[in-house]
Amino acid sequence: MNEIDRTESVVAGVAKFVPPAQAAPSGSEEASHTLRIEPSTGWVSLRLRELWEYRELLFFLVWRDIKVRYKQTALGAAWAIIQPFFTMIVFSLFFGRLAKVPSDGIPYPVFSYAALVPWTFFANGLSESSNSLVSSSNLIKKIYFPRLTIPIATVLAGAVDFVIAFAVLILMMFYYGITPTLNTLWLPLFVLLAFIASLGTGLWLSAMNVKFRDVRYVVPFIVQFWMFATPIAYPSSLLSEPWRTIYGLNPMVGVVEGFRWALLGTETRPQGVVALSAAAALLILVGGAFYFRRMEKMFADVV
Amino acid sequence: MRNDLAIQVESLGKRYRIGAKQEPYGTLRDTLARTATAPYRALRSTLRRRGNREAVSGSNEIWALKGVSFEVRRGEAVGVIGRNGAGKSTLLKTLSRITEPTTGYADINGRVGSLLEVGTGFHPELTGRENIFLNGAILGMKRAEILRKFDEIVSFAEVEKFIDTPIKYYSSGMYLRLAFSVAAHLEPEILLVDEVLAVGDMAFQKKCMGKMEDVTAEGRTVLFVSHNLGAIKELCRTSVVLKDGVVGFHGPVVDGVAYYTRNAQADEGAEARAASRGTRWTSMSINGVDAALSSAINSIEPFTVEAGLEVAEEFVEARFKCRVDDASGNTLIYHVEHDRERERPGLALGTHHVRVDFPPLWLVPGIYTLFFKLTGRTEEGDERRYTSERVLLNVTGKLNGNGRAIISPPLKWSLSHEDLKRKS
Repeated sequence: MNEIDRTESVVAGVAKFVPPAQAAPSGSEEASHTLRIEPSTGWVSLRLRELWEYRELLFFLVWRDIKVRYKQTALGAAWAIIQPFFTMIVFSLFFGRLAKVPSDGIPYPVFSYAALVPWTFFANGLSESSNSLVSSSNLIKKIYFPRLTIPIATVLAGAVDFVIAFAVLILMMFYYGITPTLNTLWLPLFVLLAFIASLGTGLWLSAMNVKFRDVRYVVPFIVQFWMFATPIAYPSSLLSEPWRTIYGLNPMVGVVEGFRWALLGTETRPQGVVALSAAAALLILVGGAFYFRRMEKMFADVV
Repeated sequence: MRNDLAIQVESLGKRYRIGAKQEPYGTLRDTLARTATAPYRALRSTLRRRGNREAVSGSNEIWALKGVSFEVRRGEAVGVIGRNGAGKSTLLKTLSRITEPTTGYADINGRVGSLLEVGTGFHPELTGRENIFLNGAILGMKRAEILRKFDEIVSFAEVEKFIDTPIKYYSSGMYLRLAFSVAAHLEPEILLVDEVLAVGDMAFQKKCMGKMEDVTAEGRTVLFVSHNLGAIKELCRTSVVLKDGVVGFHGPVVDGVAYYTRNAQADEGAEARAASRGTRWTSMSINGVDAALSSAINSIEPFTVEAGLEVAEEFVEARFKCRVDDASGNTLIYHVEHDRERERPGLALGTHHVRVDFPPLWLVPGIYTLFFKLTGRTEEGDERRYTSERVLLNVTGKLNGNGRAIISPPLKWSLSHEDLKRKS
């Protein structure tokens, strides 16, 4: 039996109860599938295949988060726009108009909003996922499933807000007469990068939050500092090389620069910054995933 | 692992830190403070060790499970019995992979579905329909499977009319029915169930029991944790009795239940003796036989329960009560000794014998419990209560309550008939 068949049989197995008597001819391999529950020590495998098997649960968790969010709030989807849009207005007023912060020759409102859209996705994903395990404690204590699904679902649920806020960005570009170029095709890559950065940080913080509830108070600070450490209100061209490239160690620098380059056509392709940001984001994600899995065994006991 | 086994548990142990239990989560400040005060606390606990052994014993950890080993064959229904804190839930949580064991291992042969509570993940804002899908996915069902069973789930829960209403508007009964219904349609090879039947009204519990019986009859492997000895006896043929985290008994369910009640009595007796050095209930007997040895009574015969009572303080007023409960905890009899109630006599020092003659109770065979209670008032006006051990009444006989009733007295039926034609 090859890999795919095996996975299929396990997946089908969850769905259908096969009486033992009939199980024997249909899949002898299934019968010999023994799961061993034992103490784990130190760093453990990520069990990505199991995570894949639980993709439907992941889907339902994302769906629930989205559904509940829009059901519970009076303004619903409008919030997805309000947050970045009003920040943009404030930025345009204070940084653009009063402080005369340069914006690489692009109208300041669209310059800052193009950065605020991925930033809001990142920041909301980060703060919501860091609290996700604690708020799902009733699930964690009562049922088994790969715990990684919880923060992943939380960050993914923010994608809807992102799409809505992005639609407004398109309108703004239209308003300011900015025509997108072929570079726009690179955009999904930068969205993915924002997702990786958000989830990676969220994994670290959510696992820590289970043990140290201080994290909840630390997160707003992190988000605030991170925002000013990211070229949202100002262009990274204020920095000179090599600092400008090193600045890419902050994964959100790559995302923001990427967004501006792909959509607004700011100067040359920021490949150095993006490569560094991608490496940093992946490092945070992989490290966060292993840290999360390592801490996972105490979640149900402590949360 | 042998092929005919579904679960094999081998010297499984689970340790909890008591510190972690008392403070469910730590803060950085606490961690820092703890590090700073560690030497002081070490000193204090050394000093305290002499005074209060209980507080320090086992330092800061408890073993909820200790070297637990047993096997469950395929298609076997096993009841897990034990007092609160015996480790039943920890065992189930470990086997369903919610928490990791500290030592040992368990091999599971087959897909596991665990029901530690019903309605896990239900969201009040979502409709019944949406919650069925969400809860089903959380329990491990596939979307296609939920779709297939959807109508069945809804009709079992009897919520057809409200299926598109957010469940925050549901009555608690509807909520529970829906929650159980989703859970009941989960079809794993191995089912781990924890006390889910302890919810809802009597009619709903009956329905749940019926569903559980179907599950066991279908030949699925079931591990069933409950305080309801009657339910355990009905559903399971084998039992595992946990006592302070170790397996006290593993074998046929009748023996397991007997072992458990005997132990519970001994424990309660010891506790009572430790608690009140003075007044206490002593031996209890049924039909003249020590209740700890045999407690079988026939449902259609009268019986006598006797108990000794040592009174170590003088009571100016004393009242006796006798209570009989069924296995689900429903009180069937709560009888106050009436003559004495009117006169309110006192109770002198020394040993007393209390004897209650029961008429035939016509109880449907099963497990019932009985105990005595003494409420006494001292001269100073303090009211004291002393409860005897719970005696197990193992009621035997041929009565049946037609699956519903608890008592089945011999009713006399008669039918009369008047012919309409003759009347006119």
